[in-house]
Amino acid sequence: MKLLKSTTKNTAVNAGDVTNNTGNYTMTKRVYLDHAATTPLDKRVLKVMEPYFSEKFGNAASTHFFGEEAEEAVEKAREDIAKAINAKPGEIYFTSGGTESDNLALAGIMRTGKKCEQLVTSNIEHHAIIRTADSLKKEGFETKFLSVNKKGFIQIEDVEKALKKKTRLVSVMHANNEIGTIQPIKEIGEACHKKETLFHSDAVQTVGKEKIDVEKMNIDMLSASAHKFYGPKGVGFLFKREEIKIEPLMFGGSHEKGLRPSTSNTPGIVGMAKALKIGIIEMDEENAREKKMRDRLVKESLEIKNSWINGGFPKIAGCAPLGFDFVEGQSMLLMLSDKGIAASTGSACNSEGLLPSHVLTALGLPRVKCHGSLRFTLGRENTDTDIDYVLEVLPPIVKKLREISPLRGK
Amino acid sequence: MFSKKTMEVFRNPKHVGFIKDADGIGRVGNPSCGDIMWVYIKVKQKNGKEILEDVKVKTFGCVAAIATASTVGEIAIGKALDKAIAITEKDIAKKLGGLPKEKMHCSTLSKKGLKAAIEDYRNKKEKAD
Repeated sequence: MKLLKSTTKNTAVNAGDVTNNTGNYTMTKRVYLDHAATTPLDKRVLKVMEPYFSEKFGNAASTHFFGEEAEEAVEKAREDIAKAINAKPGEIYFTSGGTESDNLALAGIMRTGKKCEQLVTSNIEHHAIIRTADSLKKEGFETKFLSVNKKGFIQIEDVEKALKKKTRLVSVMHANNEIGTIQPIKEIGEACHKKETLFHSDAVQTVGKEKIDVEKMNIDMLSASAHKFYGPKGVGFLFKREEIKIEPLMFGGSHEKGLRPSTSNTPGIVGMAKALKIGIIEMDEENAREKKMRDRLVKESLEIKNSWINGGFPKIAGCAPLGFDFVEGQSMLLMLSDKGIAASTGSACNSEGLLPSHVLTALGLPRVKCHGSLRFTLGRENTDTDIDYVLEVLPPIVKKLREISPLRGK
Repeated sequence: MFSKKTMEVFRNPKHVGFIKDADGIGRVGNPSCGDIMWVYIKVKQKNGKEILEDVKVKTFGCVAAIATASTVGEIAIGKALDKAIAITEKDIAKKLGGLPKEKMHCSTLSKKGLKAAIEDYRNKKEKAD
C-alpha cells in the first residue's frame, strides 16, 4: 500500500480508493498484474543506464573518446547478451524492440529468397508476426499458419507435414503472451533443421524469464524485447546466426553491420544487458515464487462457478489466463481497475476491430467465452498480499456483472 | 476511449437489472457473440395516456453496453409509449456525451430492446383485449 497525495477529487482513477479523515491523502492500492504487457524498470537497471544519458552521451559510431566510451558499453552489452543465450556477440543485433526484431527476421529472410517460397508460422503468434506474414503474402510469398490444439500447443507432426521444399522459414513463438503456453521449440527447431529449413522464434515473453540456449534449442533467429524483462522500453534485439544472410528493413549508416542503421540507443542497450543478467541470476527463485502465487490465484479463482483457465501446461510462471462465463472482460477490467488492480482481456469489446482475441479463438473457444476472458500476469513486485486482495475483490465483481447479465443460468 | 459521463453511468448504472412482473419484455441481440440485451418495462395509465413507469435492462455487455442500457431507461421513464418508441441511438449517445463510433451498436441495441419491449406490451394487450 502506498500513501499518495491526492490532487484530484472524484476522478475515475480514485473511485475505488479509501480516503482518510482529513481527505488530503488517498490510500491507493495499486496491484499490477499485467506483466505480459510490460514490466517496471528494475531500479538496478536504471542505475547503470543513467550515466549514458547526459554524461557518457557520445555516439557509439564517433571516432573520439566520447564515442569510444559509448561503443565500449554497447559492445560489452552485446557480449553479455550473447553469453546469456549461448550465442556469439556478432550474432546479436540491437533493435527498437520485439516488433522490429520480428519484422526484420521474417521480411529479412524471405526477401533474400524467391517469391514462390514459403513462410510457415502459427495462428497464435503475436501480431508482429501475423501481420508481417500477411504483408509478405501481399508481396507474393506463400504463407501457412499452423493451428494449435485445444490446449494451445503446436504439434510437431503438423510442423513436419508443413515443411516443403519451398519452405524458407518457420517461425513459432517460444511462449504465448495471452495464454502463456510454452511451445516445444527444441523439437520444432530439430524438425526444421532435418529439412534444412531456418527456424525463428519470437521469445519476447521468455527472454530473461526462461532458460534460452540457441544451440541446444535449434534456434537460428530469435526476437527479444527489454521492457518485458524489467528493462527499458524501446529497445530489443534480434539474434541471427552468422551464416544467415538477411535484408535490412531500413537504410542508412553502417550501424549493426548495416543491418539496422540508426544511432545506437546506448542507455537502452546497457539497460537491456543488465536486465537480462539480473533475470538470469534470479530466474529459478523468482519463477518458483511466481508459480506458487499463480497456482493459488488460479485455484481459488476457479472456485467461482462457471470459470476456466485458458490453454494447458507448461506455461510461463506468472501467467493466469482465466475465463468467467456470462460476463464481459472489459467491464471486469475497469471494475478491477477501480479497485486498483491492473489486468488484461481478450474480449472483443476491448479490441479495436471488435473481434475477440485470435489466440483464444485458435483454441476453439466460442466468441461468447472469449468475451469472458481475464488475464493476470504476475511479476517480481507481486506478493501474496496482492493475490489475497485480488481474491477478495474479483468474486464480487463477477457476481455483480452476472446479476445484470441475461445469459446467466442459460 | 469513453466520455466521463459514460464511465460515470457504467460505474453506477441506475436502470440495469430486471422487473419481476414486467408488462413487456424485449429480447434483442445475438447471444452467440454476446451482443445481447433484455429490456423490461412497466406501464401505467396517466391522464388517459400509457406512460413508462419503469425500465430495467439486463446486458451481458461491456462498458458501452451497460452505460447505454442504463441510459435508455433514464430517457424513457416517464415518457408516453409513443414518445419512448421514437428514442434513437443518437439520443442515447448524446446523453452519454458521445460514444466511440465502434460502440454505437450498443446504443442501437438499447433502442431496439426498448422498442421490442413496447411492442411486446402492445401485443400482449391486444390479445387480452
